[in-house]
Amino acid sequence: MNKNSSNQAQWVYLVDGIRTPFLKARGRANPFSAADLAVAAGRSLLIRQKFDASQLDEVILGCVMPSPEETNIARVAALRMGCGPGVPAQTVQRNCASGLQAVDTAVRTILSGQGDLILAGGVEAMSHAPLQLNASFVDWMAQWRIRRGWRSKMELMATLPRCLPRPFSVLLKGLQDPILGLSMGQTAEHLAHRFGIKREEMDAHAVESHRRAVLAQEAGWLKEESIVLADHAGIIYAADQGPRPDSSPEKLASLQPVFDRSWGKVTAGNSAQVSDGACWLLLASAEAVDRHDLHPIARVSPASWAGLAPENMGLGPVHAMAHLLARQELTVADVDAWEINEAFAAQILACRRAMADTAYCHKEMGLDTPMGEIPDNKLNIDGGAIAIGHPVGASGARIVWHLARILQRIQKRRGVASLCIGGGQGGAMLVENATCAA
Amino acid sequence: MTIEVKEKKMNNRIDPPPIWQPCDSGDGILWLIMNDAKRSVNLLSIEALEALSTTLQELRIHPPKALVIRSGKPSGFIAGADVAAFANERHPIRLMAYIRLGHEVMDTLANLPFPTVAVIHGHALGGGLELALACRHRVVVDDPTTRLGLPEVQLGIHPGFGGSVRLPALIGHAAAMKLMLTGRTLSAREAVRLGLADLAVPPRHLETAILDLLSTAASRRTCSGFRSRLLVHWPLRPLAALAWHRATESKAPAHHYPAPHALIDLWHQHANNPQAMLEAEQKSVAALATTQTARHLTRLFFLRERMKGMGKGSLAGIHHLHVVGAGVMGGDIAAWVALKGIRVTLQDSHPTRLGPAFKRAAELFSRKAGGWRQAREAMDRLIPDLNGDGVAKADLVIEAISENLSAKQALLIELESRLKPEALLATNTSALSLQELALVLKRPERLFGLHFFNPVEKMGLIEVVSGPLTHEETTKRGCAFAVSLDRLPLLVQDSPGFLINRLLMPYLLEAVLMASEGFSVASVDAAARGFGMPMGPLLLADQVGLDIILSVCENLSVNLNCAAPTLLRERVNSGHLGKKSGQGFYHHPPGKPARPVQSGRQAPEDTVDRLILPMVNAAMTTLRQGVVTDADLLDAGMVFGAGFAPFRGGPLSYAKSLGKEEVTRRLREISIRSNGRLEVDSGWKTFDFATETIPVEKGHEQEYHKRTTYYFTTVGKNLIRLIPGTG
Repeated sequence: MNKNSSNQAQWVYLVDGIRTPFLKARGRANPFSAADLAVAAGRSLLIRQKFDASQLDEVILGCVMPSPEETNIARVAALRMGCGPGVPAQTVQRNCASGLQAVDTAVRTILSGQGDLILAGGVEAMSHAPLQLNASFVDWMAQWRIRRGWRSKMELMATLPRCLPRPFSVLLKGLQDPILGLSMGQTAEHLAHRFGIKREEMDAHAVESHRRAVLAQEAGWLKEESIVLADHAGIIYAADQGPRPDSSPEKLASLQPVFDRSWGKVTAGNSAQVSDGACWLLLASAEAVDRHDLHPIARVSPASWAGLAPENMGLGPVHAMAHLLARQELTVADVDAWEINEAFAAQILACRRAMADTAYCHKEMGLDTPMGEIPDNKLNIDGGAIAIGHPVGASGARIVWHLARILQRIQKRRGVASLCIGGGQGGAMLVENATCAA
Repeated sequence: MTIEVKEKKMNNRIDPPPIWQPCDSGDGILWLIMNDAKRSVNLLSIEALEALSTTLQELRIHPPKALVIRSGKPSGFIAGADVAAFANERHPIRLMAYIRLGHEVMDTLANLPFPTVAVIHGHALGGGLELALACRHRVVVDDPTTRLGLPEVQLGIHPGFGGSVRLPALIGHAAAMKLMLTGRTLSAREAVRLGLADLAVPPRHLETAILDLLSTAASRRTCSGFRSRLLVHWPLRPLAALAWHRATESKAPAHHYPAPHALIDLWHQHANNPQAMLEAEQKSVAALATTQTARHLTRLFFLRERMKGMGKGSLAGIHHLHVVGAGVMGGDIAAWVALKGIRVTLQDSHPTRLGPAFKRAAELFSRKAGGWRQAREAMDRLIPDLNGDGVAKADLVIEAISENLSAKQALLIELESRLKPEALLATNTSALSLQELALVLKRPERLFGLHFFNPVEKMGLIEVVSGPLTHEETTKRGCAFAVSLDRLPLLVQDSPGFLINRLLMPYLLEAVLMASEGFSVASVDAAARGFGMPMGPLLLADQVGLDIILSVCENLSVNLNCAAPTLLRERVNSGHLGKKSGQGFYHHPPGKPARPVQSGRQAPEDTVDRLILPMVNAAMTTLRQGVVTDADLLDAGMVFGAGFAPFRGGPLSYAKSLGKEEVTRRLREISIRSNGRLEVDSGWKTFDFATETIPVEKGHEQEYHKRTTYYFTTVGKNLIRLIPGTG
C-alpha cells in the first residue's frame, strides 16, 4: 500500500472496454476493414456510457497498417462512430505495441491535464494487407506517362524486362526487421537458440495456450469482453476464431517450420495467429469519473518502454517490465496476474528464462539479483495470442482490457501487461484493480 | 380578386414584402427572387402570377442584360400552381381565367428579348417547372434534394401552364410524354442528362456558372433529335398515341383516370402545331379539373399534407431508437429507421436471429441509400445489441417480439425500469390490446402503438395507436417520428385490428369465401381490379401470407364477427401460405407471374358489392366508434395504407358517391344473403352524408376508463405490476 502512495496522482481510471471477436486471416480478406472493426466495437462501447460520444476529449487508435482509404484511421473511426466533428483523433504506431501506445498516450494526456475522457484502442485487419508493386516498376510507369513520342516510348519499352512488376505482400514486409532483414520468426529462432529452447517445449506451450483459451471461451469470459459482428451476408461472428479445442502436441509436431524452413523450430502452430480485430478502452481522470458518475474497473499508470538489439526483440518485455517494477517499487512477487503477449512460444519462454537468469539480469540490465520467475498460474491464465490471435495493432489494448477483467474475476489487486515490439523494443503497463480493497 | 388584394395593401400600414423582389447585381443582370412571405413554399398563385406579370411588363420597357429567376426560400424553387385554388374553384370561368393568366405570364416570359435563366434548388414541380421551362436556360443545384417534374396527372389533371408544349420541345416528345404521363420527378443530374436543365452545379459555383452560361450560350436550346421530330408526323403520331394509350390503360384505365389519356389526345391532335396546342391545353386542363377523379385526387393530396403535418409543433426528438426483437418486422423497422438517419440498436437474445436482419438491412441500404458511402453510414448506425445496452440511451423503444401478452408485459416492465425519463415506449402489436399492455407500467402514458406494415420498405403508412392511458404528447411525438421516416402517420384509437386490418379483413375473407363457393380466383380478383383496387384480394392475401391473415382474423374474431373460412384454414394447414411458400390461391413460380391454382365459375355481376361493401360497412363501424378522428383520415388511411382505389377517394367517399339510399339498400341485400356475416352498421342512419360527420359513440372509451379506474383506485398501482396479465 505504502509503496505507491507517493504515486497517487499518477493514476488514470479504466472505465470500460470492449473488443471484437478476433477473426482469423485465412488468405483472403475478411468482410470487415480495420475501420469497420473499430467502429463496430467502439459504437457499442459508447452506447452503454452515461455520457454522449461528443463529450470525449480525444480518440486515440493504434494501428500498424491502415489501408490507404483509412489514413488517420482514428479520425475515420471517431466520425463513423458518431463522436461528431468536434472530437479530435490521432492514430499512433509502435508496431506490435500500437494498441498499448494508444492507451499510454491517453494516460499521459490525461495526467498532463489536457483531457479527462479519452477513448483509446488498437485495431488491425491483417487479412486486408495489400499487395504492393516494386519501386522499379512504379518508376517505369511514371516514366511512361511522362515521355512523349513513340521513339522515346520504345526506348523505355526496352528497359521493361529489368523492372517487371513483382507484387509483394505488405504484411510480410512489415513483419521483417528493416535494419537486419530478419523476419520476426527468425528473431524467435534466434532466442530459441540462445536460451536452448526445444521444439517440444514451444509446442507444449502452444497447446496449453489453446487449452486455457478454450476454457475461458466455455466459461463465457471472452464473450463478455466482446461484441458480436454481423456482416452483409447475415453471418454472425460471436467468438474468437483462433482457439482450437483439438490442439495437441502430436498435431503441432507435424507442422513444418515456416521461417527457417530447413532446421528451424518455429512453426505456424507455436506462433501467434495472424488475425483481424479491434479493442477499445475508455480512460478517465478522477474528475471525469465523478462528473459522469462512472464506475471504473481498473486504474493504470503510464507505460514503461525499453529498447534492445533488434534481433533480441522478443526479450523486450523483460526490459520494459524491469523498468516498470523498479519505477513502481514492486517485485515480481507483488504482481498477481501477468499478460505477456505471445508473439511466439519461443519468445515468451525466453522471457521467462531471462527473468530468472542471474547472468542475463546482471549483464543486460545491471540488476544485482534476477527479477525472478513468473509462476505458471499467473501468466496468461486465459491463453494468449497463439490461441486467440494477434491483430498487431489491437493486441496491446486487448491484453490491458483482458488483464483488468482478470483482476476483477480473481479479486486480486495488481497486474502487468507487456508486449515485445518488432524492431527491438518492449512495453509494459501496470494495471490495478479499482474495485478491490486489498 | 385583384382588386381585393390591392385594397388590402392600401389598408395595411405595413405592406407585406412583395412576392417577387428584383435585385440588380450591378452588371446589368437582374436577379428576380421569389419569396411568398405568406406561405412556407412558393406557389404560383393568382396573386404571384399577377405580380410577375407586372414585373415582366416593366422589364419589357427597361430591358436588363439578362434576367435570373430564383427562389428566396431555402426549401425549394416553386412547388407548383396553387392546387387549393384549382381544386376549390368550381366556377369554370374563374378557373379558365386562372389558367389563361398562367399562360399569358409564361408566354411573356418566353418571348422576352434578353436571356433568362431559372436557377432551381429543391422542388420545381408542376407550374414551378413550367415557369422554368419558359426561361431560356435552367441551372439546377447539384444536390439530392433537387427534384424536377410535372406530376399533375397524380392530381387528375395535366400540365396547364404550357408545360405540355414546352417540355416536348426541349427534351423530345417521347421523353417528355413519358415524364408527364408517369408524373415521375427527376434528380439534378437526370435533368441534365435528359436536356431539361443546362447545367447541374454545386452551390459554391452557382453564380460563376450562371455568368459563364450567360456570356457563352446565346441561343435557345431546343431538341433537334431526328427521331423526335419524326414522331409528330404521320404515320408515327397516331401509332405513338395508340401505344401510349395502351401502356397507360394498364396502369390507369381511362374511365378511372382520364387525365393521362386527355394528355395523349391533346398531343395526338396538336403535336405539330405548338400554338394550337397551347390553346387546347387550357381547355383540356379546365375540363379535367372539374372531374370527380381530380376532385378525389386533390382531396387526397391535401389529406397527405394534413397527415404529414400531424406531428408538427411537437418535435419527435428521436435520435436513438432501440428495437427489441430482430424478427422480420423488428429487423425491417430497425433497418428503415437507420436508413433515415437515426441511430438504432437492435436487440435480440439470439445472435443467430440478428443475422438475417442484418442481411436484409445490407440489401436495403445498397438499394436505397444512394451510394456505398451512404450505405456504410446507415450500416454504422445499425448496431447489434445482445444485452440491450441501447435501452438506457434510447429516445424511443419499440418492442416487436412475438404476440404473447405475458411475454410482452414482462418485457415492458423490464424496459420501463431502464428507460430515460423522457423516452417513449412503443409496441408493434397488431393483435393485443394496448390497454392491457399499459396496465403493467408505472407510467402508462408514454406507451403507444406503432403499427408498421409488412414490407416496411414499401408501405407508406404507419398506424399510430393511442390507448386510453396514452398521453396526447406521446402520440404527437409518435406521429412526428413517422413523418421523419417519410411515412404518413394515421392516428387510431386502440381497438381490435385498428383501422387497416379491421377494414381489410372482411374484404379478404369475403374473397376467400367466394373462392370456396367455386368462383374462379382470377375472376374474383379481376372484379376487384375493375373496381380500381391495385391488386385482387386473393393475390393480396397470397402476398401478405395466408397464415398471417388467419392469425389476424382469429385475433379479430374474439371481438368481432369474422370467422375464418374453412378454405383459409385448409390452405394454411396444408402448408400453402401464399407467395412465401410458393403457393396459396396462386402458384408463385420464382421470377414469373402468378397463376391461379383453381379455375371455376365466372364471378357474378354483384361481386364488387360483395367484396367492397363489407369493407365500407366496417369503415362506418370504425368511424362510429371513433377509431379514427374523421371520415377524411379514414379515407386517406385506406388509400395510402391499403391501396383503396385512389380515384374513388376512399371507402366513405365511395359510399357518398353511391348515396345514402343506395348504400343502405345494397348493404341490406348483401346482409340478407350473407347468413349473418354482415350486419348493416347502425351508423348509416346517423351519418350525415353532406358533412361526412357522425356522432361518435363513447361506449368503447367509457368501457376502457371504467376498467382503468378500477385498477387504479381499488387494486393500486403496485399490485398491478405484480399481477401481469390480469387485464
